Amino acid sequence: MPSALPSAPAGTLYRGRDGMWTWVAHRITGVLLFFFLFAHVIDTALVNVSPEAYNTALETYKTPVVALMEVGLVAGVLFHAFNGLRVVAVDFWSQGPRYQRHMSVGVVVIWVALFVPFVVRHLMNAF
Amino acid sequence: MSSTVSDSTTAGPPPAPRSRKARGPGLHPEMIGWLFMRLSGVLLVSLILGHLFVNLMIGEGIERIDFAFVAGKWANPFWQFWDLAMLWLAQVHGANGMRTLINDYASRNSTRMLLKAALYTASFVVLVLGTLTIFTFDPCAAGSTLSVCSE
Repeated sequence: MPSALPSAPAGTLYRGRDGMWTWVAHRITGVLLFFFLFAHVIDTALVNVSPEAYNTALETYKTPVVALMEVGLVAGVLFHAFNGLRVVAVDFWSQGPRYQRHMSVGVVVIWVALFVPFVVRHLMNAF
Repeated sequence: MSSTVSDSTTAGPPPAPRSRKARGPGLHPEMIGWLFMRLSGVLLVSLILGHLFVNLMIGEGIERIDFAFVAGKWANPFWQFWDLAMLWLAQVHGANGMRTLINDYASRNSTRMLLKAALYTASFVVLVLGTLTIFTFDPCAAGSTLSVCSE
């Protein structure tokens, strides 16, 4: 037995591995989506201020810089959505914990399959 | 496995787990919150992906979104209630998630209280403002150039 104690716990099934990083990413994307929802409800409320006010605000969403931010937003939505379904499967499906790593790969596969067509289509529309 | 035995003898026996009855009858509020996150999450996947597909992928995508586009959607109660469900489920889901983060990362009582007060205030404003926006929308408000309004 080595006499020096490690300064941090050694690797476990969870720590520093995909289970931890999907949890971190779920939290970060969740915060991002929370603040976007706040902004989105306010920009939509401009329809009741005046048609011009709403149209002016929407023009901002069509500018290239904001269109790229929307790409980031959808990247976050897709990850949060499918990782969330993975969490539900881990919690409620009897085989969920056994296949949680396979499902993490599935999340990435579905994410790529939906995100790539979205980026192509959205940037064609916005640029 | 056996290397931790000496630790547990010096620390004394672990306390007996509290019985379920000690928490009182019914579902624990945190259990309801946990369940809500999963149920609302599953619904939100369909609602939000449908919202993104219809608003950003069909036709000219974001280029065609304007006052007239919103008026066209909200002329149909189907989209009014779609948006209402999305608003309430997402805001409550998001607020409960943020509450969890505040509990996890804000260690001072006063900081937690302040952040939660801000969170609940913002959530209330979003829910009321969003609901009113959907149901008080007037497609023929002053400044509207929709053709249905000039007849």
